[in-house]
Amino acid sequence: MTTAILPSAAAMSATAPALSASDTRPPRGVLPGFGISLGFTLSYLSLLVLIPLAALFLRVAGLGPAGIWHELGSPRVLHALGLSFGGALAAAAINSVFGTLIAWTFVRYEFPLKKIFHAMIDLPFALPTAVAGIALTALYSEHGWLGAPLAQLGIKVAYTPLGVIIAMVFIGLPFVVRTLEPVLEEFEPQFEEVAATLGASRRQTIARVIFPTLVPALLTGTALAFARAVGEYGSIIFIAGNLQNISEIAPLLIMIRLDEFNYGGATVIAAAMLILSFAILFGINVLQAWSRRHG
Amino acid sequence: MARRYRSALSDPAAARWLLIAVTLGFLGVFLLLPLVIVFVQAFLQGVGTYWRALADADTRAAIRLTLLTAAIAVPLNTLFGVAAAWTVAKFEFPGKNLLTTLIDLPFSVSPVISGMVFVLLFGAQGWFGPWLSEHDIKIVFALPGIVLATTFVTFPFVARELIPLMQAQGTEEEQAAMTLGAGGLRTFWHVTMPNIRWGLFYGVLLCNARAMGEFGAVSVVSGHIRGFTNTLPLHVEALYSDPGEYSAAFAVSSLLALLGFVTLMLKNFLEWRHGDELAALRGKG
Repeated sequence: MTTAILPSAAAMSATAPALSASDTRPPRGVLPGFGISLGFTLSYLSLLVLIPLAALFLRVAGLGPAGIWHELGSPRVLHALGLSFGGALAAAAINSVFGTLIAWTFVRYEFPLKKIFHAMIDLPFALPTAVAGIALTALYSEHGWLGAPLAQLGIKVAYTPLGVIIAMVFIGLPFVVRTLEPVLEEFEPQFEEVAATLGASRRQTIARVIFPTLVPALLTGTALAFARAVGEYGSIIFIAGNLQNISEIAPLLIMIRLDEFNYGGATVIAAAMLILSFAILFGINVLQAWSRRHG
Repeated sequence: MARRYRSALSDPAAARWLLIAVTLGFLGVFLLLPLVIVFVQAFLQGVGTYWRALADADTRAAIRLTLLTAAIAVPLNTLFGVAAAWTVAKFEFPGKNLLTTLIDLPFSVSPVISGMVFVLLFGAQGWFGPWLSEHDIKIVFALPGIVLATTFVTFPFVARELIPLMQAQGTEEEQAAMTLGAGGLRTFWHVTMPNIRWGLFYGVLLCNARAMGEFGAVSVVSGHIRGFTNTLPLHVEALYSDPGEYSAAFAVSSLLALLGFVTLMLKNFLEWRHGDELAALRGKG
């Protein structure tokens, strides 16, 4: 909060109330434009995001408990939700392990082509998801570069839940690496030196000194990767093959319900996804606060 | 003792090389191969087929629709991002944390749901559906719906880059300008803008990449009519589901991959060249 009061005309505008000696309220700030920018921000946010999302929940509420259960309780819906959330958890777990190793390697070591590989980490942010989807399918299909050798080992990826998880790993990887890198870069080597002089082995230093400082950022990155994977559509549907009760994800089932003009069914699945994601993200936030206190 | 001290400070060479191998292997399989296979499949049936796919009338219509959609959605969200960042970073008010959380909300909403909410509002069975059809206004399955869905999905990009940046910069420079007699707009253009231009460009870059590449949200509100309501990513899907057009699907994909590639180059250039000014953004993905 700034307290300087400037004698500028603009600062005396209605949005930044001028203070007289008798006025003891803290100043809103002396810069102009608070009213108009807050007004624009709130209207735009409400019109584009909040009212449409509210419409969704109102539509669900209109179905009543019996109607909601009728749409939600079918094995097909429960399987799709289970695959989206279970797959996203598995992919986030894989990304938390490999993302940590990758961030560590880029921050600590030098190796050839490092800059090019480092630039590639954000590719899943930049490559349109439909392109990623058909590229992954081409790679992992029965005759694909990776699918053919895997098939010889008896592992089928395309058109199975495994394919869904592979696409989710692809889309979530940059979240973990990008969240961990700045924390690792700022880590002071003195702590490692102290641990070493006190007789800690390298393994003990990593497990007891370095890793605990990474936990909050690791949780943030993993949560972001998870949230993205749960709702992901474009990069998954091609490799998933969308077999009912096998590799059909929840966003695709919403799409199918909409195509059948079953808006009630679509909104119930959507509301379930939103509520579950927010509950899990909230849980991770609590866990993160706990690990900051006890880290 | 000396040897033990050294081994406790740095990782053994074997562990180092193992980690480097795991990193390169993982990135190679998960990131490099998908990018390479797009171009390999695109040119599989020769350069002639590739050019025919790109010169096709439906492809050109899809390119125009994608450019038009981005040309509306990106400036809208840029304007919003600057206004939101100005509000949140330069002023104190109750509910500020809630506002910041709500701005990020679209990131945790599935793209399919982002598109669906507009069908619920403006579709034939939606709230405004009957009124819209009476007045012969088409939103869903037409350009306005595609623009709305794209704007929803790309909503937070500019705001979330600018908010931490402008918060880190504080308000002293603007206050000084106003003490010296500059007006509000002049202060914004000559003091704030030069400070945030690279962060703004960074946000616009990511916003644009997502706007042009968005698939799920647009898929819900598009009528999937080739040559009319198919954006480039939807055109890729349409070609891909046609067995005779497999290579054409990858040819059109290569355009989008190129967009992704250019975005990555610019993003890395910005981080390398203007890293100090963007410092507040690091770790924000």
